[in-house]
Amino acid sequence: MTKRATRESFGQALTELALENRNIVALNADVSKSTKTAELQKVAPERHFNMGIAEADMMGVAAGLALNGKIPFASCFAMFATGRAFDQIRNSIAYPHLNVKICASHAGLSVGPDGATHQCNEDIALMRVLPGMTVIQPCDDVETLQAVKAAAEMRGPVYIRLGRSAVDDVNDESYVFTPGKGVVLHQGKDDVTIFATGLMVQESLMALSILNEKGIDPTVINIHTIKPLDKDLVLEYACRSRFIVTREEHSVIGGLGSAVSELLASEHPVRQIFIGVNDCFGESGTPAELFRKYGLSAKKIAEKIENELNR
Amino acid sequence: MKSTELIARKMRQNIVRMIHSANSGHPGGSLSCADIVAALYFNVMHISKENINDVSRDKFILSKGHASETVYAALIEMGVLEESEVYTFRKMGSRLQGHPNMQHCPGIDMSTGSLGQGLSVGIGMSLANKLDGNDFRTYVLAGDGECQEGMIWEAAMAAAYYKLDNLLLIIDNNGLQSDGFNEDVMNIQPLGKKFDSFGWNVFGVDGHDIDVITQACKMAETVKGKPTVIIAQTVKGKGVDFMENQPGWHGRGMNDEEFASAMKQLGGDTDD
Repeated sequence: MTKRATRESFGQALTELALENRNIVALNADVSKSTKTAELQKVAPERHFNMGIAEADMMGVAAGLALNGKIPFASCFAMFATGRAFDQIRNSIAYPHLNVKICASHAGLSVGPDGATHQCNEDIALMRVLPGMTVIQPCDDVETLQAVKAAAEMRGPVYIRLGRSAVDDVNDESYVFTPGKGVVLHQGKDDVTIFATGLMVQESLMALSILNEKGIDPTVINIHTIKPLDKDLVLEYACRSRFIVTREEHSVIGGLGSAVSELLASEHPVRQIFIGVNDCFGESGTPAELFRKYGLSAKKIAEKIENELNR
Repeated sequence: MKSTELIARKMRQNIVRMIHSANSGHPGGSLSCADIVAALYFNVMHISKENINDVSRDKFILSKGHASETVYAALIEMGVLEESEVYTFRKMGSRLQGHPNMQHCPGIDMSTGSLGQGLSVGIGMSLANKLDGNDFRTYVLAGDGECQEGMIWEAAMAAAYYKLDNLLLIIDNNGLQSDGFNEDVMNIQPLGKKFDSFGWNVFGVDGHDIDVITQACKMAETVKGKPTVIIAQTVKGKGVDFMENQPGWHGRGMNDEEFASAMKQLGGDTDD
């Protein structure tokens, strides 16, 4: 099993896209080696615009490039893309519904040692609230390669959430990414469903093996597209579940858990366990240490599900 | 009176009609930039009703989006919008939103309203034109007070760094902002020296002399290797004596008496 960070896969997909389509351009804010647009720069330097440490300007420039027919991929750290430049994304990209792809890396606690200022646990909430914005968080290499290419085919703004840390493959080469369609990775025998996104898909599959050893068999579903949410799939599994679990490397406020509960509260209320960052800031540490402390580790998830079943 | 000056006068009349009809809007800053916008649309830019929907052409971004009245008035003179639409301004269902919305209003090249963002968008357009190897130019109009936004200076750095000689910024230097005189709220001067130190070519003009504005825009086309900013000295509320240089006329409507007086001064009729 290979391990690769989704930001690396993004760099590869972007470069392949640029070689196929001369309208693909990239922008960065002085983190091009970290968020991997530097890969495109190697093959098409005239189409890579480093805007310096100026995220607001970068988003505005991306809007202008889109207005004149380019397909800009604007990339930097998730915290500064969505936090620093929220007004620019809202008013200069989402409101005119421009064809800008925001591919932000270093999302969530798994940024690790850089600590809380760089661990963005709010970006899904910030992007999901914008009308017309598609929000995608791929979980592994294969899914990221396809998601980035799919984003280039869509008309309108897309936010792709990428991670810093290398992650295990979930999908094999036969996998086909379909925007807006969740993926049932494991059909369980018990009436429990885990909806996970991003790196939490891997953690959910690890939790599954812990639970299977105890004779518990939940369903595990990868929700790579948080907006628009796969309503049919979420409803189908909510209807056959005693309770559901949502898992994300993001605040429990405003992310996948909220998206799912907004749907289910009106369509089919079901007990929901929200697993995510509990309305607090992170700190320096390794991703594994941080997942343990903040309740995101596979072991912790398995415990929560077991406790809920014994309630 | 020359034809573009006549157009600017008609634009001012429609600006006042819009604000009276809506009983809100931004009279001061719309009247201050009317001559600049008239010069751009009717003397400088290669833009007409015929090419208005082209993806690539000369483009205009009203970074100070609250002066939307002025661009709507220009698009009426161009025949892109109907004159009768002035009475829909700022009302439900209108193409003439309080701040320009490119999604629903033809001829609007970018939705604006949140200050400070237009120059960056202009940079994006200019970079695209360079990549495509075409000669189209991008025009951005910003307010002087708007230059208090930090993003303007991020963009000022970038435009010079990328040597965008196909980008022209015009600053409507009327000296006033919502809360009062710029120098009292947050001094932004000297603007020319600031842009010069950022690597820009700087021109200063009388922002109410359409011939001079036109000449400066044409001269800017000959400046290579750097972007040009034209700092246009203007009077906020220009053309209506009780509005001129008055902080209170940044954002407000007008009553019938004020409307009648304004229209009389602008040579328009109030019968409509």
